[in-house]
Amino acid sequence: MNSRILKNNHLKVRSIFLAIALGLLFFNFSFAQSESTVEQAEEAEAFNPGDMIMHHILDSHVWEFWEGATLHLPIIVYSKERGLEIFSSANLYDEHHNPVEYKGYTLEHEHIVRTDGVHVYDFSITKNVAALFLNSLVMLLVFIAVARGFKKNAGKAPKGIQSFFEPIIIYIRDEVIKPNIGHGYEKYVPYLLSLFFFIWFGNLFGLMPGAANLTGNIAVTATLAFFTFVITNVSGNANYWKHIFWTPGVPLPIRFIILPVELIGVITKPISLMIRLFVAISAGHIVILSLIAMAFIFQSYAVGIGSSIILVFINLIEILVATIQAYVFTIFTSVYIGLATEEAH
Amino acid sequence: MELLTPGIGLMFWQAVIFLLLVLLLGKFAWRPILDSLRIREESIEEALRAADEAREEMARLQADNEKLLAKAREEREAMLKDAAKMASQLKEEAKEDAKKITAKMMEDARAGIEAEKEAALKEVKDQVAELSVEIAEKLIRKALGDEKAQKALVEEFLADKNLN
Repeated sequence: MNSRILKNNHLKVRSIFLAIALGLLFFNFSFAQSESTVEQAEEAEAFNPGDMIMHHILDSHVWEFWEGATLHLPIIVYSKERGLEIFSSANLYDEHHNPVEYKGYTLEHEHIVRTDGVHVYDFSITKNVAALFLNSLVMLLVFIAVARGFKKNAGKAPKGIQSFFEPIIIYIRDEVIKPNIGHGYEKYVPYLLSLFFFIWFGNLFGLMPGAANLTGNIAVTATLAFFTFVITNVSGNANYWKHIFWTPGVPLPIRFIILPVELIGVITKPISLMIRLFVAISAGHIVILSLIAMAFIFQSYAVGIGSSIILVFINLIEILVATIQAYVFTIFTSVYIGLATEEAH
Repeated sequence: MELLTPGIGLMFWQAVIFLLLVLLLGKFAWRPILDSLRIREESIEEALRAADEAREEMARLQADNEKLLAKAREEREAMLKDAAKMASQLKEEAKEDAKKITAKMMEDARAGIEAEKEAALKEVKDQVAELSVEIAEKLIRKALGDEKAQKALVEEFLADKNLN
């Protein structure tokens, strides 16, 4: 009874806040427009929100935590005739953070190119690769600690970090993996747990200020989707392939229509995974960055306060999205494996 | 457009690091975690099963107890019935005995009384006879002083005897 009233009150308070924020936003929008159109035009020249957002979304050879605190990451390039070359990305910038040439390499829109036009393969430890290392390291530390908790509290109630992750692990195992894969699900559990927590941690780290957009990068999602593709098709049994190439119980002419559709389906399943995660996380970052950019576009405290209040809620939604996307990627991978390992019925 | 083109370097690192992560987590985290979870679940299941069994055992014991109790009650009833029967039989027998004894005693008493009576009567008869003899002697002595009297007496006596 009491908690419901409290909840209602919370909702009321929240909607009032939202109304105020939106009100301020629109009020200042018109206000700013009427007063300082000239000023704004000048500012637009100096501050390009599109560039700012893209700069934050995309990968980079430096990790700028905040203005002035920049970590120059190592550059690793490979070309046929010069082999592997490793040097610091600090060599590619001058003191004003403008790209300069070094050993015949230069940066073009954060891409490393040879000035003589020869194609090079870039295996640099970029911001995302560094974030990938960090993410993996944190995961190792956390889950080895959880495993230690299991060993220490064997036969006792879970404690500490173990009691936080245990229900999540059990939930993923019993509600996501088990019902979707069915018989013989056990051997996929370690991979799928790693997958879930990798995406979840990556998503959450990406939301932190100054962090990299790891799971919103298509290279990362493409790799994860490729693994799903490989696991699905490697574990596919005779029944799975029969359904693709010679669908039983269907008239002969229709089988020829189903065959290409099924073959396309084999490819589109992982591609949908790749695009969904990439879009959901990148879009969230773009929304957050756009709201931040608004304060700079309008040069107004009121807009800044209004967008900050909205940002709080958007951030909460993003935390939810971070979890949902990790869950969705894992559940779909489980479903695809389940479809591939299903026995004929 | 750059957003949509996966960089080969990041893909390479992602593949290498992620596979390494899966291997390491699988060995050092997931295996011990999943094993302990399985062991714990099994032990819980085992405990629940044992509890169920104990409950069943308990119910069975209770049923057994009830059966035993019922049997005991039955036996007690039978014993009581037997005892009552025995008691009444004993009473009956005792009564019968008492009756017999009484009857015998009465018989004895009657016989005793009869004997006493007979004895008494005999004594009385003897005494009467003695007295009679004495009286007769005296009478005879007195009356039979003379012949006539003797003769008369004999005759009377004889006459009396005949009458008896």
